[in-house]
Amino acid sequence: MTIRRTTLGGHTHEFPSLSDLLAKATPARSGDVLAGVAAESQEQRVAAQYALADVPLATFLTEQVVGYDEDDVTRLILDTHDAAAFAPVASLTVGGFREWLLVRAAERDEAAISGLARGLTPEMVAAVSKLMRNADLVAVARRTRVVTGLRSTLGLPGRLASRLQPNHPTDDAVGVTASILDGLLHGSGDAVIGINPATDSPAQTIALLELVDAVISRYEIPTQSCVLAHVTTTLRALEAGAPVDLVFQSVAGTQAGNRGFGVTLDLLTEARAAALELGRGTVGRNVTYFETGQGSALSADAHHGVDGRAVDQQTLECRAYGVARHFDPLLVNTVVGFIGPEYLYDGKQVVRAGLEDHFCGKLLGLPMGVDVCYTNHTDVDGDDTDTLTLLLGAAGCSFVIAVPGSDDVMLHYQSLSFQDVLTARAVLDLRPAPEFEAWLARMDLLDDAGRVRELAADAPAARALLAAAR
Amino acid sequence: MTAPEGHVGHHGPADDPWSLLRNATRARVALGRAGDGLPTARELEFRAAHAVARDAVHTPLDADRVRAALADAGVDLPLLEVHSQAPDRETYLQRPDLGRRPADGTRLPAGEHDLALVLADGLSPRAVHEHAAGTVAAVLERLPGWSVAPLVLAHQARVALGDPVGEALGARIVVVLVGERPGLSSADSLGLYLTHDPRPGRADSERNCISNVRPPHGLSYAQAADTLVALLQASRRLGASGVVLKDEGAALPPGVG
Repeated sequence: MTIRRTTLGGHTHEFPSLSDLLAKATPARSGDVLAGVAAESQEQRVAAQYALADVPLATFLTEQVVGYDEDDVTRLILDTHDAAAFAPVASLTVGGFREWLLVRAAERDEAAISGLARGLTPEMVAAVSKLMRNADLVAVARRTRVVTGLRSTLGLPGRLASRLQPNHPTDDAVGVTASILDGLLHGSGDAVIGINPATDSPAQTIALLELVDAVISRYEIPTQSCVLAHVTTTLRALEAGAPVDLVFQSVAGTQAGNRGFGVTLDLLTEARAAALELGRGTVGRNVTYFETGQGSALSADAHHGVDGRAVDQQTLECRAYGVARHFDPLLVNTVVGFIGPEYLYDGKQVVRAGLEDHFCGKLLGLPMGVDVCYTNHTDVDGDDTDTLTLLLGAAGCSFVIAVPGSDDVMLHYQSLSFQDVLTARAVLDLRPAPEFEAWLARMDLLDDAGRVRELAADAPAARALLAAAR
Repeated sequence: MTAPEGHVGHHGPADDPWSLLRNATRARVALGRAGDGLPTARELEFRAAHAVARDAVHTPLDADRVRAALADAGVDLPLLEVHSQAPDRETYLQRPDLGRRPADGTRLPAGEHDLALVLADGLSPRAVHEHAAGTVAAVLERLPGWSVAPLVLAHQARVALGDPVGEALGARIVVVLVGERPGLSSADSLGLYLTHDPRPGRADSERNCISNVRPPHGLSYAQAADTLVALLQASRRLGASGVVLKDEGAALPPGVG
């Protein structure tokens, strides 16, 4: 165990472990205070950042924050590490790596940055993000390319897709359909039409899958559906022959966290194979979808690593990406403001965490999206979500989540509205996924400038879609 | 521009084709657009709903108001007050662990009771102001012959604060009536959490919950009390609460978690 020291402001700061150093170097957030690992002063935080900047990246291959023998996520990360991909940055320190990334980003060298993914571990990426400002996170993510596809292509430059989230408190078919149509009429749904079921049962999941599949088939929409039930429920639906496009699961960055979610790596492997077998893709073969979020391990008391030491929530979040990337996902998103003020207290912390998660996921090779959202007991409002959304659009975010009028009437939190997606696309000159954009044009939902038009209810395009609600 | 009364519903006349969507769900569909944004009226409706929810979180728990409401409802049990270890709202929101423990020096009269009722501000003190007294009255009138401890009003409290409080009072069962996290259209929802043999360290799986007590939109006091009393009787019979009780579901009204 190496004890790392920095002298700053006449004080010598000591960091007795790698996990302690990572935690103390993390920009302030309530969850690390709750876990008892946060820096105790601003000076200590910067001292930790100085010490972290001097840590060789290669250290993360030999010194662990969560033990190899105790944790299958650590074993997955290290056993699949690609030394050839790591080679370009193998001799750098964390501080040097930050500069390497900023230089490649300024040169718009997407290939160099994107080629690192399998050579980087989650801990390396977490470490460098802690030294980066918000604009650094945006600048590098913008030049990191991750393209995935199933029936639409996601992650292309100049595009911003959205998950249309038509949740309903009782999974009512007509209510869900109304929200789907509202989203489609606003040009949302190119990433996925994804429902959180009110009841996690095979029967309910199959009913919802068939409902969305019928809408997609009827209008020949180049997108995919997902019912975000537990993976074991989706497996049952697959066995029953339901039209499953995507296998969904929430994942965490420790084996204990995943146990809390009721999943194992074997289970995810099995479900992915079953979905692949259906061959439902037209432009790609990515058939998994994962959600994550800082604080999920802590909330399950699954945030401990080597010698029982607590690990900071952002490093653990990156380890969840280490799980996700093993399953070649179509979509991954962090649910950044959902978990509550005990993990991310206010707009500043939520914006920072959203940019970190997006940057880290993308650098690790994930098709990264963000659920830009908040609950009513967090000090966050629409101004904060606007800020994060526009920054994510500038950062080349793969997709965001949108619900009617920002109000999820099932999960009782606020995400983006369909109008917010239109605004981000307009301000940043971003377009929907290409296949979906062509569909919008075919349905006469775009004006001559390619913008989603505001339809009168008696417009032919509106009438054609509204017919599904009858 | 005048703010609309009550919940934001956009139900239009039947001859408006958009009303097809609006009538199909309580979701905020077919709001219309101003450019790429929302029309002003819709934008302000949303802000109004958020403002009500935010204010519900940050309204201080008013003991005098609760005492008066209990008296009006005909409840004649004494009302004691406790504080958690969270000194203020800001700390409370960031440190749920502190909201689960009574402040140092908390003294409660030890006794032997069948039941203790704890009124906890939780995330919506407004829910306690508006619905605790009515719920307590409805529960007590259904429990003749039960010995009930003095009521406890708990400031900056989480559900698990009921464990040490119930233990100190000597109660076989504790029920915590707690303000639930406000939603955009439900800022005053009260939740009821039942725990048998309360003591620190009880897991959430050892509790039973009735959510959304909020007449006239949610459960009425009578409905909530009927369900709670069924749970209390089953809990007393089995000597347990939580998942075990849920497995006995046949004896309970539907919707009991």
